[in-house]
Amino acid sequence: MLNILDDTANPVEPFLRGDRMPHIWCPGCGIGTTVNSFARALIDSKIDLESLALVSGIGCTGRVAGYVKLDSFHTTHGRAIPFATGLKLANPKLNVVVYSGDGDLSAIGGNHLIHAARRNIDLKVICVNNLIYAMTGGQTAPTTPSHATTSTNPYGTFEPAFNLPHLVEAAGAVYVARWTTFHVRQLARSISEAFQKKGFSFIEVISPCPTLYQRRNKMGDGLDTMKYYKERSKIKNGAPTSEVGLTLNGEIVVGKFVDRDRPDYQTMMRAQYVEILGERYIEESEMECVCG
Amino acid sequence: MKADPHGVLTGTHFLDGDHACCEGALAAGARFAAGYPITPSTEVVERFAARVPTVGGTFIQMEDELAASIALQGGVWGGAKAFTVTSGPGFSLMMEHIGYAAMTETPCVFVDVQRGGPSTGLPTLPAQADMMQARWGSHGDYEIIALCPNSPQECFDLTIKAFNLAEEYRVPVMFMMDEVVGHMTEKVVIPPADQIEVTPRKHTRKSVEDYLPYQTNGDMVPEMAHAGEGYKFHVTGLTHDERGYPNMTPPVQDKLVRRLQNKIRSAADRICLGEEDRLDDADIVVVSYGITSRVAQRAIDAARNRGLRVGKLRLITAWPFPDKKIADLAAHVKAFVVPELNLGQMVREVQRAADGKAKTVAVSHAGGGVHNPDEILNAIVEASRC
Amino acid sequence: MAKGRVSIVVERCKACGFCVEFCPTHVLALSSAFNSKGYHPPHVVHPEKCSGCDLCGMYCPDFAINGTKVPQSGGGAK
Repeated sequence: MLNILDDTANPVEPFLRGDRMPHIWCPGCGIGTTVNSFARALIDSKIDLESLALVSGIGCTGRVAGYVKLDSFHTTHGRAIPFATGLKLANPKLNVVVYSGDGDLSAIGGNHLIHAARRNIDLKVICVNNLIYAMTGGQTAPTTPSHATTSTNPYGTFEPAFNLPHLVEAAGAVYVARWTTFHVRQLARSISEAFQKKGFSFIEVISPCPTLYQRRNKMGDGLDTMKYYKERSKIKNGAPTSEVGLTLNGEIVVGKFVDRDRPDYQTMMRAQYVEILGERYIEESEMECVCG
Repeated sequence: MKADPHGVLTGTHFLDGDHACCEGALAAGARFAAGYPITPSTEVVERFAARVPTVGGTFIQMEDELAASIALQGGVWGGAKAFTVTSGPGFSLMMEHIGYAAMTETPCVFVDVQRGGPSTGLPTLPAQADMMQARWGSHGDYEIIALCPNSPQECFDLTIKAFNLAEEYRVPVMFMMDEVVGHMTEKVVIPPADQIEVTPRKHTRKSVEDYLPYQTNGDMVPEMAHAGEGYKFHVTGLTHDERGYPNMTPPVQDKLVRRLQNKIRSAADRICLGEEDRLDDADIVVVSYGITSRVAQRAIDAARNRGLRVGKLRLITAWPFPDKKIADLAAHVKAFVVPELNLGQMVREVQRAADGKAKTVAVSHAGGGVHNPDEILNAIVEASRC
Repeated sequence: MAKGRVSIVVERCKACGFCVEFCPTHVLALSSAFNSKGYHPPHVVHPEKCSGCDLCGMYCPDFAINGTKVPQSGGGAK
């Protein structure tokens, strides 16, 4: 039974499936912290929660879908973005958030990430980057910094890592930001800003995995990692994304890197059909209900 | 309910099977498709891409079949009837999402226009070698429904049936065409919309407070809600309880997986469709499906002309397999002759269901063409001598 | 009177220490007591310093703590 010392409600509580708490994330894991920022962003941006759907893939961050009190979809490994694409195209009124991890989104789901950015599908992607495959035991991910030790590179990694903000900017994202779990208020503000954008928005959150990344690399626990984020992060809004790659123990450049406008997929699609088909075009939102 | 007239191209047409399949999907109410090009199936979505902006829907060509096969499920949970279309290599990539659709009970249709395999195989030539993959391709225990058209008219009619079954049972339905059926052009009659029955989504009428996404009421098929309606439901491919919440315990696994199987198995008699001819006095029954059934027809006619007592059982529904029908026939006939464009797939099911009571003869063909009717006739003659 | 106060759900706490470390006014410390999972949850050691900023709530990965502003009584009295 919960020992509630005070009845003053936590603002995150209405967004949680309280009957599923406590969650499975390890002590010092940062994923829960990102959910706090997400909840504050939902409050601040006054999003209609009934029109909001959240889609996750597989992995530790993939479990976010199961904990938020929203229409929430825990899909297959790597496929949160294409699922979300279908959801958004079938019901353009939905606000669709993709909330998943670095491995899920940029390795097995990497192809979908770049193509959704290219098409500028109106999705808000929150990528919790703990630099490792955490759920499966700390294997090398495309985001693991060179020379970090992992369970599949026990002598240190030697392959170059993805710089995710650079990747998604090149692919076409209209909004790109990076924060760490230390930057809770900035993160909440970025998520709010992304809700104001129409198009593919990508927010990377660097987050501790004390159990599998920090421990194996002798970086201490979650709190030590948060202190590292505090000390070594440098806010550089508008920084060229080509210069924000991460290193093993180096500086972490955070900030809002990209904020630009170009028409999203559905806007382009409608414009094209109107131009070519004229009155023969029937908008997809006028689709007849399938429920009889 | 009756078909939405927007999607129904009423009239008499000269269409190939791929195009007829597309018209069937539109008539059935499909308003979302996600695809990835692959011979010999692409014409289905090419036509859909041309037609759907004028009926109120969306087609998107995704970056691969993994994306297509899950985007369509996003479309379903967004409130659309949705499908994808592929052939063998793409079907292989879609397997995980057939499992996801089965587990999450997402009603949808996967069209597989079969070509020769394995691997890239014979892109432009027919086979029927994905039949077992359709049934067993994804991991774990689950059931699907599979239909096998043998003409462009059936590509239209049975595509509607496929969507209706998907909605009724909340199950992925495999529409198992083959290259010949997909590319043959014949007369296709599309009736008026008010003569086309379509099955509505099994949408809940419960209040937000009373709704449990995976609770059933006797018929083993739970009621569905769509994103954006306020239900705030959770869907996962993990083993889940009636609330849709993950639950990793053997009792919940047992309850869920058995229900996923039983909702189809217990309805097999209602789902299974077949075409029968001259079975009453038959000693030999030719069991076939898809394009091979049309070749088999010629062999059956020739055998009858020789005075052999041969009957026809054409499988329109391949999965669930019509165990009962085969078992009943096995009690009366000497042998089943099973021609198919593979090295022996559905024949194993015939053999299993016959359970030793009648002989089973495979007439295999590795694909790339169709049987010569004489091969089937010879097998009939041979079987009748036993 | 303190401007804010802290609420703690002891049983959700996994003792990461984020709230203790990042509380700007050092209101919290990890308790020597255990919750039923064996973690040391935070407790309030300087209630008078709490500003109700809710930074503890924003950092807590376990949704186990939050701060709220306390309405200040009396107009103008300082």
